[in-house]
Amino acid sequence: MSTLFKLAWRNIWRNKRRTLITIASILFAVFFAVFMQSIQRGAWGKIMDNVVNFYFGYAQIHTKGYWEEQSINKSFELTDEINQLADNSPDIQALVPRLESYALAAFESNTTGVLVIGTMPQREAGMTKLNERVVEGTYFQEGESAVMVAAGVAENLEIKVGDTLVVVSQGYHGVNAAGKYPVKGIVKFGSPELNKQMIYLPLKTAQEFYGAPALHTSLALQISDKGKLPEILSYLKTNLDTSAYEVMSWEELMPEMVQAREVDTAGNKIILFILYVIITFGIFGTILMMTKEREYEFGVLLSIGMKRGAMGLMIWLEIVMLGSLGALAGMIFAFPLVYYFYTHPVDFGKISEDMKAAYEKFGFEPIFPAALEYSIFGWQAILILVITSILAIYPMLKIRKLKPVEAMRA
Amino acid sequence: MSVIIAKGIKKVYNPKTIPVHALNGVDFSIEKGEFTAIVGPSGSGKTTLLNIIGGLDNPSEGYIEVGGQDISKLSDNELIEFRKNNIGFVFQAYNLIPVMTAKENVEFVMLLQKRSQEERDARVDELMEAVGISDKKDKRPSQLSGGQQQRVAVARALAPKPHFILADEPTANLDSKSTSNLLDIMANLNKKENMTFVFSTHDQRVIDRARRVITIDDGRVVSDEVR
Repeated sequence: MSTLFKLAWRNIWRNKRRTLITIASILFAVFFAVFMQSIQRGAWGKIMDNVVNFYFGYAQIHTKGYWEEQSINKSFELTDEINQLADNSPDIQALVPRLESYALAAFESNTTGVLVIGTMPQREAGMTKLNERVVEGTYFQEGESAVMVAAGVAENLEIKVGDTLVVVSQGYHGVNAAGKYPVKGIVKFGSPELNKQMIYLPLKTAQEFYGAPALHTSLALQISDKGKLPEILSYLKTNLDTSAYEVMSWEELMPEMVQAREVDTAGNKIILFILYVIITFGIFGTILMMTKEREYEFGVLLSIGMKRGAMGLMIWLEIVMLGSLGALAGMIFAFPLVYYFYTHPVDFGKISEDMKAAYEKFGFEPIFPAALEYSIFGWQAILILVITSILAIYPMLKIRKLKPVEAMRA
Repeated sequence: MSVIIAKGIKKVYNPKTIPVHALNGVDFSIEKGEFTAIVGPSGSGKTTLLNIIGGLDNPSEGYIEVGGQDISKLSDNELIEFRKNNIGFVFQAYNLIPVMTAKENVEFVMLLQKRSQEERDARVDELMEAVGISDKKDKRPSQLSGGQQQRVAVARALAPKPHFILADEPTANLDSKSTSNLLDIMANLNKKENMTFVFSTHDQRVIDRARRVITIDDGRVVSDEVR
């Protein structure tokens, strides 16, 4: 075997220029693939993190059917059983209970429709960093009868910190809901849509307002490691009464987001597929030339007693070595760049104000790091190994059918 | 004792299209230790005959026995094994493996035979000394002259101690001095190792050194002269 390795290694350097060109083409493909996938996965990871951390959390618990028909009448009590489940899982850091519904908000002669979020201020801050979005006034506290208003709502109503906001709605099971709350602070979101409709009340205040004491419409989960989400979901689905509750991952909560990611990923996969097809033909060209050139030599090797299997293995080793060298070089070249963008994310805010505004419009930070995932590198190596192994079938078949006399006559 | 027996050997190329009759019924036998030249003009069938003796090609008709085995009945893998263990080839164009050094080329068939390192080293040293290129062990074929390459090829053919050395026009690309040296080497090894040598050639210098000359023309043996 070591002789075959030695021979294969020397054989690939017989035509240095051709070998280097082939390696360079594989290097380019692997480099491009690794870089593109790292950037894409990193960008989507950031987008997902933004969205998830911005409001939804990685998973939510609702009354069964709530997400389909979001009504305050489908609210539920936070039972000891649920609290116990959360406490028993080291991966669930906190539950963020919320009571959410729509209302009409008014200040002086101005009115606007708003989404009222009743939440526990400290837990909300822990998960969504709502406290960091305060642009005026101060962050609200649990038990306070005060409201945090989104900047767009404040602008529409021409309301300021210290003014009193009047809120009117239909509460739990149709009760009248009406309240007035001093504005404690103004929070600003990147998304104009959110800015135009969000107001936050402390949870108990919201429950009183809607006539829904101790009731919640959702429990958002703050988790320690997003990689453990599947286990957490499985744990909750196994231990929670699923006839009464639904446990939904962020992917189920935002299917359109997942779809957008898949469409984008599929587009990139098509580009990579085309790239790899081109590279495959490039490698195949080298193999064709190499096989043709060495037909005579194969005949000689057969004549002197080398078995076809050993010769096939030698050729396979040559081609796989060639591919591996290219793949390795591609990874070596890609790693520092990926690492750089992993530690120094692309900040579109620094590149262009328009781009920054465009991302912020959707509530995203305009910062995109590369993903430093070894699986991306590993997959390229596997792909090249598979491609080269498949391509090696051609010379191996040639050798299988080779007749020494005919080969040496060539 | 005959170690090569050919009876009624015929070889037709392209039998279904434009048949080319390379051999038209060749009969002869060769004894152990002979130093035989198969001679004849180009296209007379010398190389075809040598290929059939060496198990590189099958006869279209006839019986060929080499070393007591009817080699026309061997499978492809059996033929490879047979060649590896019984035949040493010397080709006109040397046909050394370009990525191997002279030593590695000589050693290669023994490696395929899974001989021990000590045995290989001893045999390589012995043969490279015998063919007079022990100072070129680490040179690659491209760093050797034609004559030196052919000596390596001879050493390679002899290395596994085959029963037969088949040499196809071994001197065709060599100058007079190299030819003479090579023939001396092969004649000495023939005597020393008692291997059976069969050459195909139309080189008079080789013919002059052969102890038996089989002349073929138009695919038939036209004379068989023992000297």
